[in-house]
Amino acid sequence: MTAAFVAGADVPLKRRLKRAERTRQFRALGLVLPLLAFLLFTFVVPLAGMIWKSVDDWEVPQVMPQTVAALGHWNGQGLPDEAAFAALAADIRTAREAGTLAVAAKRLNYVVNGFRTTLLSTGRKLKEQPAPGTAKDTMIEIAPAWGERESWTAIKSASGPVTSYYLLAAVDLTRNPDGAIVQSPADQAIYRDVFIRTFTIGFGVTALCLLLGFPVAYLLANLPTGRSNLLMIFVLLPFWTSLLVRTCAWIVILQSEGIVNGSLQWLGVIDEPLRLIYNRFGVYMAMTHVLLPFMILPLYSVMRGISPAYMRAAASLGAPPATAFLRIYLPQTIPGIGAGCLLVFILAIGYYITPALVGGAADQMISSFIAFYTTETVNWGLASALGAVLLLSTVVLALLYGKLALGRQTTGGLKN
Amino acid sequence: MSANQSPQTASQRAAWIATVVASTLVFIFLMAPILAIVPLSFSSSTYLTYPLPGLSLRWYEDFLGSARWMNSLKNSVIIGVASAMLSMVLGTLASLGLAQWKSKWKPLVLAVVLSPMVVPVVITAVGVYFFFAPLGLTGNYLGLILVHTALATPFVVITVSATLQSFDMTLARAAASLGAPPLLTFRKVILPLILPGLASGALFAFATSFDEVVTVLFLAGPEQRTLPREMFSGIRENISPTITAVAVVLTVISVCMLSTLEILRRRNERLKGNAE
Repeated sequence: MTAAFVAGADVPLKRRLKRAERTRQFRALGLVLPLLAFLLFTFVVPLAGMIWKSVDDWEVPQVMPQTVAALGHWNGQGLPDEAAFAALAADIRTAREAGTLAVAAKRLNYVVNGFRTTLLSTGRKLKEQPAPGTAKDTMIEIAPAWGERESWTAIKSASGPVTSYYLLAAVDLTRNPDGAIVQSPADQAIYRDVFIRTFTIGFGVTALCLLLGFPVAYLLANLPTGRSNLLMIFVLLPFWTSLLVRTCAWIVILQSEGIVNGSLQWLGVIDEPLRLIYNRFGVYMAMTHVLLPFMILPLYSVMRGISPAYMRAAASLGAPPATAFLRIYLPQTIPGIGAGCLLVFILAIGYYITPALVGGAADQMISSFIAFYTTETVNWGLASALGAVLLLSTVVLALLYGKLALGRQTTGGLKN
Repeated sequence: MSANQSPQTASQRAAWIATVVASTLVFIFLMAPILAIVPLSFSSSTYLTYPLPGLSLRWYEDFLGSARWMNSLKNSVIIGVASAMLSMVLGTLASLGLAQWKSKWKPLVLAVVLSPMVVPVVITAVGVYFFFAPLGLTGNYLGLILVHTALATPFVVITVSATLQSFDMTLARAAASLGAPPLLTFRKVILPLILPGLASGALFAFATSFDEVVTVLFLAGPEQRTLPREMFSGIRENISPTITAVAVVLTVISVCMLSTLEILRRRNERLKGNAE
């Protein structure tokens, strides 16, 4: 190639290369976009919608707009003015005709227990709009609750557009009539216990998986490839077997007429069947079984990469095997232990099916409460708030996992 | 015994034996539930306990003859195949793009793409239920196929990306330099070489959908109940031996999928070996 040709074509070639590269990048982005658009519709927007539902306070503003407007000026001291009572009466009459009164009643009942009855009975008894100047007396006569400040602060606190009520309730907090954050009353303060239970089960399952998974991963990593591949089937087959099949199998094995109890009674070891399922023991057994492969696989992939030379060096320098293992081998497995534990813990705290089927009432984890409030009692605000707290915990742990996994990019850690 | 533990002292040997014993117990723990359920499905008795009074195939007949179970099997296959195909197309395109795309936004995009795998399914199910209900996407196949595709795509992206990483891009460049347009290069050069990876991805996607029950609990109407969904109600009410027969059928399907995956992995490794 001549120097003149190269010099003459230099500038346009550079530009052309740049343009070609830019086109290539655009085309690459274009290939990713369909999936991103799809996930936006089926995943990202629904999750954002759920988080929005945990703060959205639409019921009272929509059903009782005049009352909300009239309470705008009320300072929260004493009772509101006559105009607010008139607005309330007008709103209740309109809402009762439209059939929406129950929606607001349900929302307000979360704030003050018994509000539903007050509102609905007022709706029934309020025959016509009170004459000007008498709304206050009429309303208090129908239901004495309207003469109490607490009823009005309840409406004001639910006036939207957003509320912290559900998120606070998800961690057993609430606002008193003065707006200060206080502990929820004891009969409603259950979610902190549920979160603690969820994390306790998560920790327990993670510890059991580590305890059981470590020797297996060590064995598989130190066997010749052919034999370890063969033994790997024992890990991968359960991994690929349907979750419901495995859960069902545990019930068959552990229930009071099940295989374990049946065999023990047949052998005469016990007279009465042991209670092995529908309690915490069953949850630990089934969940550890389901999640164990998620511990073994990342541990194995890290242990495979540890050169035996280090252990030999330690031995040749006179370290007893136990010391060499603790000081030389174990520290090198920490990335695998970290990744495996985080993975198992993240998966465990989100579990729903297994605890629902093998646990008792006292073993239900946070997911089952989310499902309960979504489909059974239709308290979507609280379901979303509990979901938001669980999601936050998961995201924090997943970011941590991402950091760990990036640190050892050579081994995928995930399936295969 | 381990090859790299050559200078064996007594205590090392003891430690190794302890590892073998502990691992054996764990292998038994892992396999026992699956193995215990198989003979029970062939029992002639309605009681799920040993010793078996006699052998019969009545529970399999029960499964095959039940319109409810057969309908759920049909639903599982329809939803599984549809979401596997959809996530195949979306996931493969995205993996091809991600392999070439360089940007500071890439980690964020990757996080979004992989997040359906990490977020607890119950949260996804609740969010999607709120969002799909007003759109008329609950109580029909389409809604379930869309959610299962979202849940399965990360597995496709991971599998296909791993395959692409080992793919020699100079082959594509060679095709291009010989004048092949991009689509032809993809069809004639890239696709045949990454096909085993694509097939494993599709299998992962199908398995994800086939085993999924939480979103089905929220989104499916009585007409779309899948096999895991029927099993869930069956286990909740009372475990009949028919369920053990279904469990065995599902386990056989898992074994088939696992073997296929292993065959594909071997084939992929052979192809890689040839390319080098």
